[in-house]
Amino acid sequence: MNFFTEVKEGLFIAWDAIRANKLRSILTTLGIVIGVVTVTLMGTAIDGLNRAFLRSVSMLGADVLYLSRTSWFIDSYEEWLKVRDRRDITLAQVRELEKQMTLARAIAPFVDARRPVKYKNRNSSSVVVIGTTEQFQFTSGSVVGQGRFLTAEEADGGRPVCVVGSEVATNLFQQGPALGNKIKVGQQVFEVVGVLEKQGNFLGHFNLDNQVIIPVKQFLGGIWHDPDFEVQVKVIDVKQLEDAKEELRGIMRKIRRVPPGKEDDFAINQQESFISTFNRVAGTIATVGLFITGLSLFVGGIGIMNIMFVSVAERTREIGVRKAIGAKRRTILIQFLIEAASICLLGGVLALAIAWPVTFLIGKFLPATLSLTVAGIALLVSILTGVISGFFPAWRAARMNPVDALRNE
Amino acid sequence: MSLIRLQNISRRYQMGAETIHALREVSLEIDRGEYVAIMGPSGSGKSTLMNLVGCLDTPSSGSYELNGVNTSEMDDNQLAGIRNREIGFVFQTFNLLPRANALRNVELPLIYAGLSNEERKTMALDALTQVGLADRIHHKPNELSGGQRQRVAVARALVTNPSIILADEPTGNLDSRTGEEIMALFETLSRKGNTLIVVTHEEEVARHARRILRIRDGLIASDEKTEKKSGVDAVLAVL
Repeated sequence: MNFFTEVKEGLFIAWDAIRANKLRSILTTLGIVIGVVTVTLMGTAIDGLNRAFLRSVSMLGADVLYLSRTSWFIDSYEEWLKVRDRRDITLAQVRELEKQMTLARAIAPFVDARRPVKYKNRNSSSVVVIGTTEQFQFTSGSVVGQGRFLTAEEADGGRPVCVVGSEVATNLFQQGPALGNKIKVGQQVFEVVGVLEKQGNFLGHFNLDNQVIIPVKQFLGGIWHDPDFEVQVKVIDVKQLEDAKEELRGIMRKIRRVPPGKEDDFAINQQESFISTFNRVAGTIATVGLFITGLSLFVGGIGIMNIMFVSVAERTREIGVRKAIGAKRRTILIQFLIEAASICLLGGVLALAIAWPVTFLIGKFLPATLSLTVAGIALLVSILTGVISGFFPAWRAARMNPVDALRNE
Repeated sequence: MSLIRLQNISRRYQMGAETIHALREVSLEIDRGEYVAIMGPSGSGKSTLMNLVGCLDTPSSGSYELNGVNTSEMDDNQLAGIRNREIGFVFQTFNLLPRANALRNVELPLIYAGLSNEERKTMALDALTQVGLADRIHHKPNELSGGQRQRVAVARALVTNPSIILADEPTGNLDSRTGEEIMALFETLSRKGNTLIVVTHEEEVARHARRILRIRDGLIASDEKTEKKSGVDAVLAVL
């Protein structure tokens, strides 16, 4: 008997056996269903989390370097002790950098603070006020919806004008026009010259639409006299990112007079470092999460093994008859393996039917969808679970001595 | 040449510390077309002999040639092949697959032989016709009477056209009238040239055979030819 007929026959017998023991099959399948559902949902959620992160992080721009006093990620207390006494980055240093840097398309100083913002009797209590120059439009990739961004003249001259985020505009002016209105930021009055397009939030926390952009001189004058600046440097060509980073580093060491041989007293951050840190964390979460949910699948597998042992014991006589009339070991082995795999496959299909609508629910929070790949893997894992847990019982059946099996009552 | 040739066959079982000699140096030859009854009380070794002849078991020592092939050294899978091709079993408790209909039960050995669907259907139908159940092929075992079930089992044994049909107490679970019907069926099969070996402890059943082997304590106690005529007459009288 060839393999194909054996499998066909095995499927026939398996279906028959499953139908004959409906309740038992359903209960056994339940373990697999739960296992596959949890693993599938966990996989989908992790996938969604990754995508949500990458989508957020893409706002940082792959071609932008973020110069600041300290690194975005401080891994230890010791490191924090080392960096906390670093000197601030001043506006004068930024100006000097602007003059010397050759590989940059745009360089923008950046400071921010939370302040209440008022328009007539309406106010927004905690708005992020950003002090910067016209260059910020290029480094941040902000898109102006109405009006215009700050001009170089306004930035250099410290004119009392501002560009507001879409949420600030909605809060203060509601449906009314925003452009030309005078709003109060802290104690100063600014004329709104532009409204930004809606941007959403960053990593689910930082609301990018709740901001007011003002010329940096206004910021220094009215909000914070000597802040620590961050500098956003957009490179001309993303392929030259490493060269630009080196140039930036060299210039800053010169400007800040770092003696040769000493460490930098500033840090250059980029999107990549964010991603690698995230991947490290997400990788751990994914491993632990899939391991824990995998356990439930394992428990399901034990259930299958158990029921297959029962099935083999119940059908000892049938096995004896089959062997007596010519079934080889392999035939019996395949028969029971297929039975176990069929129960599990059934479980896998049911599990997908349950997991599919649930992913829509997850989709409300994360950009998660049940991909065809995940579905395929889920089914494959179900079958594999069946084959693995069914193997020992099937092996026992295959090795039965026909004389003893026939004598079994 | 004999169809079955057993030479100095012994079969020992280990029961804890004790060794049980189920068969001791048994030699036996059966020719093609014979109709043999094997008799003996329980524990005599007749079941062991039947298992060995049926290639369900292998001897501890001695050699067994079936159809010119030495089977005593074969492994499990080779024996399964031999059983499939050479031997048709009929059991006391029928041993049909309960969820399969008559046709499928009879097809089963042919599935293991690797025959195509059409071939199987034709042969199984033919075998069922021979046992007089052509009109019951789609019935499941629980929709058939005991005698009908045993006839399905006989059809299953016949269907591969084996060298031997080996029946173990074929009438043990049937009332005497149905039992006689089965024995009459065996008679017909024997006349068609099939080799039949029937294991039984009932003289009534054994009387149908042409040759009776009596087993006692693992040895062949007697081996006698019977009056052929009386057996046939008895069957005809019942019918």
